[in-house]
Amino acid sequence: MMSVRSLMVPDDTDSFDDADNTVARLASLPGLNTASGMAVDAAGATAVGKLLPVVPELTDVLPHRGLRRGSTVSVIGSRLLVLSLLSEATARGSWAAVVGMPDLGVVAAAELGVEVSRLALVPAPGAELVPAVAALLDGLDLVVVGRGVNGRTARQLSARARHRGAVLISAGAWPGVDVELRCEGGRWSGLGTSGHGFLSEREVTVHTSGRGSAVRPVTARLLAPGAAGRLARPGETESEPMLEAG
Amino acid sequence: MRREMRRREAQSCCPDLAVLGVDPSRDARLFEPVAAAVEELVVGVEVVRPGVVAVPAAGAVSYFGSEHELVERMVDHVSGRTELECQVGIADGLFTAVLAARRGVVVEPGTAARFLDPLPIIELASAMPMEDNGELVDLLRRLGLRTLGQFAELSERTVSSRFGRVGMIAHRLAHGLSERPIDRRPPPEELAVVETFDPPLDRVDAAAFVAKTLAKKLHAELGQRDLACTRLSIYAVTETGEELARTWRCAEPVNEGGIADRVRWQFNSWLRAAPADGLASGPNSGVVKLRLRPEELVDASKLQLGLWRSGGGDDEADERAGRALVRVQGMLGQTAVSTPVLVGGRGPGERVRLVPWGDPRDDVDERPWPGKLPAPSPATVFTEQVEITVVDSRGRPIAVTERSQLTRPPRRIEMTGRSARQVIGWAGPWPVDERWWDPRGDGVRARVQVVVDQGDALLLQFRAHTQPRWIIEGEYT
Repeated sequence: MMSVRSLMVPDDTDSFDDADNTVARLASLPGLNTASGMAVDAAGATAVGKLLPVVPELTDVLPHRGLRRGSTVSVIGSRLLVLSLLSEATARGSWAAVVGMPDLGVVAAAELGVEVSRLALVPAPGAELVPAVAALLDGLDLVVVGRGVNGRTARQLSARARHRGAVLISAGAWPGVDVELRCEGGRWSGLGTSGHGFLSEREVTVHTSGRGSAVRPVTARLLAPGAAGRLARPGETESEPMLEAG
Repeated sequence: MRREMRRREAQSCCPDLAVLGVDPSRDARLFEPVAAAVEELVVGVEVVRPGVVAVPAAGAVSYFGSEHELVERMVDHVSGRTELECQVGIADGLFTAVLAARRGVVVEPGTAARFLDPLPIIELASAMPMEDNGELVDLLRRLGLRTLGQFAELSERTVSSRFGRVGMIAHRLAHGLSERPIDRRPPPEELAVVETFDPPLDRVDAAAFVAKTLAKKLHAELGQRDLACTRLSIYAVTETGEELARTWRCAEPVNEGGIADRVRWQFNSWLRAAPADGLASGPNSGVVKLRLRPEELVDASKLQLGLWRSGGGDDEADERAGRALVRVQGMLGQTAVSTPVLVGGRGPGERVRLVPWGDPRDDVDERPWPGKLPAPSPATVFTEQVEITVVDSRGRPIAVTERSQLTRPPRRIEMTGRSARQVIGWAGPWPVDERWWDPRGDGVRARVQVVVDQGDALLLQFRAHTQPRWIIEGEYT
């Protein structure tokens, strides 16, 4: 990490937090690797280690402040969190596929910022789930699997993702994942007890765990969904402009 | 009912109507037997669009004796082969002939203008080039020109200076002339592109891929000569030496995508035509040779090119993803892979239309839609209807009245086979103000948001039809 820090231009070195951001930003550029990414590269696959960008709210939750290509991520307990992992990458030109999830709320995905014109849906792969996912990992950057598979197949698909430099996201438990995000629900707000208002925000707690030295357990609080269906950090409610005037 | 009708309008005059999305590929597939049946009777069949074929009548009329005889034979033959009713019209020029067919009349040579004279100006809309978007017809109507005859009376110079190229085309049509001055010079043979296949081509997804490369080649070939194609013949030779041919006539010069689409549609219909139908159209073995030949050419300046691509995607990633998606389509079938398009609607499920990969996508419809629920939307929208019972604090089932009020506040949700959930908070109801006039519809409908114990939020829908019931429409987490 330090070797990359020395590349930084002098005008944004204010705090350590900024430095971390810069690393993430630099690492998401094509052709530029972090030191840890380089180490993985040396092990074989060329595309592995580069990061697919995620929305700023999720950078603290993920070990490399992004989705590392070639990795397998499982998300337990929140479909909104699965979709929000896709939003930034698809908005920047990556393609994503969702396999085996016939009841996906596409409107919710769009509200989270997912570019739906680059979202392919394979709702009912039937018995061909594994070959379909494998074929999608060949050509797309992100593949979400909505159905559990057995341990051996899971490892084969993870290996395929690693080999192709794609990110495999599982909605539900997945054996041998690199990163696991476990979401615990909290209180909904915006809804009255007597019929007024409408659902607006929900505060959730996300626990990150995983294997490998890069993954330290993190617990973060998020609003999923936050205002207008997007992801947000708690306490980040828009400051009223009239306060500034006062 | 007519073409170009609004959905709401169409449903109001025919409430049983099933509304299907636009899918030219499906239309082409279904229409192919008709084109094949017509071809058995007369030569030189051209598909104008799925639903309309044009044939040169002169030769056929002298063969069958009279126009009346020809029309009769054609109607008989098509209904015998395909069990479909068809309408036939004969006239000078394609536009007049289509209108004549819609009315089932024969327009004598030289009387096209007289036939067109009393017809409403709106008939022009279907024949206008895409770039116009129906604006010209609308404008003419608002200017007080109600019939084709009134428009035709204007002098050519006036029309040209006021309405430009599109206006000139429309003016020619209103006069009963063809949209393009006739240019009978056949395009040179060397412009055709040929591709041979080994192993033979017998799958639709592979054909789609070939269509794209061939279209690119033909388009580049024509582009070098500053030409664009308005009529395209597709020839295929099968493994057993059978030859298939079909000509597509296009309303305006086609670009690369247009050529590829037509080849793909044609292939789709050839490969899917079951040999059991007794039609001579379907190949009984794979295709080994494919030839595209432009039949009619125009100046390429008429071809509209998209200046920039929509979205910020990079081409290589799009290409790579496209290949992967086509492969999955090969495994699971064409409709198994789709991309969603957001359209107007009230419920979260109604706001999404799935477009099979490879079919053209429309733009996102961002106009406001009254009565839709505010964001956030449910992340899970159930495809099956999960029926539940919603009860009040004393266990009595509740309902929504015709004035869109809940009879009592909901307190508990009961599902068969699962434990009941307490309702912690609720909001609504949002009335679903559609199709209440339809006796077989769902009657009064309304949506309610509830938060149940353990923090789950659900979207419920009430339907009052026959027996009032509640279903879970979506889940927010």
